[in-house]
Amino acid sequence: MKITKEIIENTAHLARLELEPHEVDLYTQRIDSILQYMDSLNKLNTDGIEPTSHAVPVECVLRDDRAKRSFSVDDSLNNAPGRIGSFFQVPPVIEVEE
Amino acid sequence: MENILDMTITELKGLLRKKEISSVELTAFYLERIKKYDGEILSYLRTTEDYALDMARQADTKIAQGEDAPLLGIPFGMKDILCTKGIETTCASKILKGFIPPYNATVIEKLNQAGYVHLGRLNMDEFAMGSSTENSAFQTTKNPWDVSRIPGGSSGGSAAAVAAGLCVASLGTDTGGSIRQPASLCGVVGMKPTYGRVSRFGLIAFASSLDQIGPLSRNVSDCATILNVIAGYDPLDSTAIPQKTPDYAASLGQDIKGLRIGIPREYSIEGIEPDVKKAMAESISLFEKQGATAVDITLPHTEYAVATYYIICTAEASSNLARYDGVKYGFRQTGKDIIDMYKKTRLKGFGKEVKQRIILGTYVLSSGYYDAYYGKASKVRTLIRRDFDEAFKKCDIVVTPVSPTTAFKTGERTEDPLTMYLSDIFTIPVNLAGLPGLSIPCGFDAGGLPIGLQIIGQPLDEARMLQAAYVFETERKVKKIPDKYSAKT
Repeated sequence: MKITKEIIENTAHLARLELEPHEVDLYTQRIDSILQYMDSLNKLNTDGIEPTSHAVPVECVLRDDRAKRSFSVDDSLNNAPGRIGSFFQVPPVIEVEE
Repeated sequence: MENILDMTITELKGLLRKKEISSVELTAFYLERIKKYDGEILSYLRTTEDYALDMARQADTKIAQGEDAPLLGIPFGMKDILCTKGIETTCASKILKGFIPPYNATVIEKLNQAGYVHLGRLNMDEFAMGSSTENSAFQTTKNPWDVSRIPGGSSGGSAAAVAAGLCVASLGTDTGGSIRQPASLCGVVGMKPTYGRVSRFGLIAFASSLDQIGPLSRNVSDCATILNVIAGYDPLDSTAIPQKTPDYAASLGQDIKGLRIGIPREYSIEGIEPDVKKAMAESISLFEKQGATAVDITLPHTEYAVATYYIICTAEASSNLARYDGVKYGFRQTGKDIIDMYKKTRLKGFGKEVKQRIILGTYVLSSGYYDAYYGKASKVRTLIRRDFDEAFKKCDIVVTPVSPTTAFKTGERTEDPLTMYLSDIFTIPVNLAGLPGLSIPCGFDAGGLPIGLQIIGQPLDEARMLQAAYVFETERKVKKIPDKYSAKT
């Protein structure tokens, strides 16, 4: 399928990325050619082949549910661009104030 | 200070123990060299001079008290992707500028316990996405063998710093070749261990099913010494393999008589430079002279590896990088509401290649395309893995070039992502199959640029690869530091 600007803009929105107009053009062209290259995989018959998500078989690791010391509030929040007391500060989530 | 750059960690520790040099002197020696040479090479993003000298003083105190540890007093450079408590860790991205981790990666904890000295943070492609270190948000590292060329990537800073003698050794990370390819292009030893051999806790994630941490060094002995320190099970990484690790350094020096070396036919692709081919052929005959046997093997799905890899790694990256949203750490661009803030933060905070991979990864995972891309790639990954399973019935290790070409010019491939991606054709299958891979210098091309040989091993068989590499290194002495930087200071 041909990659269009609309597809790139919609995908960028899903990924919460704003793009400059020249980036939309660039990625439309590049991703189209990369996906064409990836279509080469369709030459292979993979019916009945199990997918690999981890090269080394990973089993679910369990541990005892015991309370341990964790980061202090300050350690956790020190890197935050916005903070009020012991909370991360973010712009309005529900409604926009003028 | 003569020949100090040519010494192994074991030899340096001998000098430290005999008080012929102190760790503070050794650390100051490297800090001086960084000041003198790194203005040109740009391998370090930041040095941590006070922190380094403080660690060196502590090491000297311990040495004076007769204590010992595997890396006591030895100065390292650190790829800026490994979280180090109290030390800015940026992943060479604007979005993490100013991020100071409140914890150590497990490998950093282990290096601390082993007594290492932290010289500074090494440059890389942003979020380890690239093959040339040109995708760093901050600077483009140069290849010490020719500063008009790239050092490889993504651990380009780590490889260049080791090659120019700006640290004893460094750590890098490898998702599709990011330790082995820069090691090859800069003429140093680099190893990606088996997936799960080294804990990924505190490694800033790019593609979690492929990422692995490993050493870069000027000799095989150091590679083994460092692997001894960083390998092993970790309850903080659920993919770490719960198996005892052998003593890699102790196993060096054994001969390779009877070792079966697999030579994959599919790796004689078009586009391999003649000098690389020649170096390969010479390397294989060196192994044969030492008593190994070359075996013809086939890895029939090799041609699909690059496409498979870029679907899987971008899919995982798009998910891993969702956490950079301007809330918990790093850079924030204000917006009219929270969604707008996320979008603008990510627009300004991420570079061109990272955004491209996030979009590609989001697309291949999106509803309606998931089966065609991610689902398909996961199945092809099984076929690639099985190729190696079959091959290893006939051989003990596989030997290939690391890269089809030597270091290319800065800027030469930045506008052509597919050509850039294809430069990792020989390293990518190893990550997809979770195998260990090692790059060792095997010669130079006509222009004096280093060529690397790749040794691929069976899962958890790093010891045998290191033994083979050690024999190779002993027989084929290859210059490790360019003359320009080997001058004693």
